[in-house]
Amino acid sequence: MSTFQFPPSIRSRPVYGILEPRPGKVHLMIADAEGAAAFIDLAFRAPELVAKAHVIYIPKSTDFAAALHALNPAQYYEGPSYSAAVSRIKRVLSDASMDLQIYLAGTEGLIGQALNEAMQAGYDYTAIQTEHRGSVARRMQCVHCKGITEDVTTDPFQCSHCGLNLFVRDHYSRRLAAFQGVCIDAEKPGSVPPFKELYS
Amino acid sequence: MTANAPNSTAPKTLGADKLYVRVSAISSLNALVTRFEFQRVDGVNFPPFSGGAHTVVEMMDGEKKRLNPYSLMSDPTDLRTYAISVRRDDQGRGGSLFMHRKVKVGDEMVLSYPMNLFALDLRARKHLFVAGGIGITPFLAQIKQLEATGGNWELHYSCRSPDLGSYVDELTGHYPHSTTIYYDDEKQFIDLDNLLDGQPVGTHLYVCGPKGMIDWVRNTATASGWPLAHVHHEEFLAPQPGKPFAVRLNKSGLTLEVGAHESLLEAIERLGVDAPYLCRGGACGQCETDVLDSDGTFLHRDHWLEDDEKNSGEKIMPCVSRFEGKTLVLNR
Repeated sequence: MSTFQFPPSIRSRPVYGILEPRPGKVHLMIADAEGAAAFIDLAFRAPELVAKAHVIYIPKSTDFAAALHALNPAQYYEGPSYSAAVSRIKRVLSDASMDLQIYLAGTEGLIGQALNEAMQAGYDYTAIQTEHRGSVARRMQCVHCKGITEDVTTDPFQCSHCGLNLFVRDHYSRRLAAFQGVCIDAEKPGSVPPFKELYS
Repeated sequence: MTANAPNSTAPKTLGADKLYVRVSAISSLNALVTRFEFQRVDGVNFPPFSGGAHTVVEMMDGEKKRLNPYSLMSDPTDLRTYAISVRRDDQGRGGSLFMHRKVKVGDEMVLSYPMNLFALDLRARKHLFVAGGIGITPFLAQIKQLEATGGNWELHYSCRSPDLGSYVDELTGHYPHSTTIYYDDEKQFIDLDNLLDGQPVGTHLYVCGPKGMIDWVRNTATASGWPLAHVHHEEFLAPQPGKPFAVRLNKSGLTLEVGAHESLLEAIERLGVDAPYLCRGGACGQCETDVLDSDGTFLHRDHWLEDDEKNSGEKIMPCVSRFEGKTLVLNR
């Protein structure tokens, strides 16, 4: 399933919408995995955007790339990971002007990190459109060792840096583009509830 | 006593706290605009303010108390003085005429604490100012603030003619590379499409001037893709006259008649009911009042309520909005 209805949560938790066409001279579209389908839907509704679109796409292990490329956007980049794409994202943002429109789609980790880059470039985060597609995996920060673990799919999970057992919170940091993970067995070491899939 | 300590003898009100001041200087800038400078009666410094803030000036015009908001246009780093610039409006409700004709150096007056509904967004990489006429005033304080903090700014200022270009000489003298002046009567107009085109990401756009200019700038920016979070405007609405109407104030147990030339808020205050307010221009939301019962038509004129709230008949902003009909009961 490529779309997921997140249950209501605390205010800190990011919420996502559905991409809609807005005016702009350049349309910067950054997506990973199933996020490509959100751009294909957008292009179907507003074909005129495609000729002004700069698409930055990280396919992960999906096979949307050919269909996305076939839209024939003005610029198309495909990269193996977000870290491989980020220097390009920074460059596009630093050269951009205020008539740039930003669209982000895919996993929460991709959306959060790209949103953070746009904010650092001086773009107000409320003006950036986001649409969640695909995995509900999270980018988590361990609040104890500060290490970040990508694509966390269980709660609790074990920190990939310090090994603590962490409770997956909805408490989110826009600055770090990460949810917060807090030690779940600090009082009684070893007393860890069974790991279960997020939202299962 | 510190600059911010409330004056214990001042009457407590739901509105903004008060500053007791003396008019220290009056300078006529041109045929329409006069600058008034104030110092505190108690001799201490004014509370700090940020560029874009306004103060509400109380004017005792005979029996009538007028309360008009004016942008503070003095230097935010100099708190010995507050200054405002008042454009004379011969067709207005009389506040500006009172300031121009009745106020003399040495007069004691009452100002509200400063309130900023038009603050700089300090995350901006660049501040782009568009001013029309007397709309220059908030920018004068913002420019001084940005000069003191090393901010990046650019001003495009449109005036009717060189004779009516308030502060043009000061601006072009101090900041010749950041200021562009346009005179209507010399057929010079802001080329807005060109100006907005290519402004770097992180630019915030601010507009203050006549309503037509504000709409033009906001619409042009939005149409070219600017997010509204980067477009700021300030527009004080003056209450418009209208047909008299009757109001019942439920909590106070009073019924009153709002006159043709007074606002609902002014009528409530005339009866001695202490109603909250800050901007008195339909912008800040402070005076929002619950409607308990109504039979008639609301004339909503504020920028505060959402359309669904306006249509619900459950809210009114008494500073600028009116009512026509048989019954209006407010929770006040």
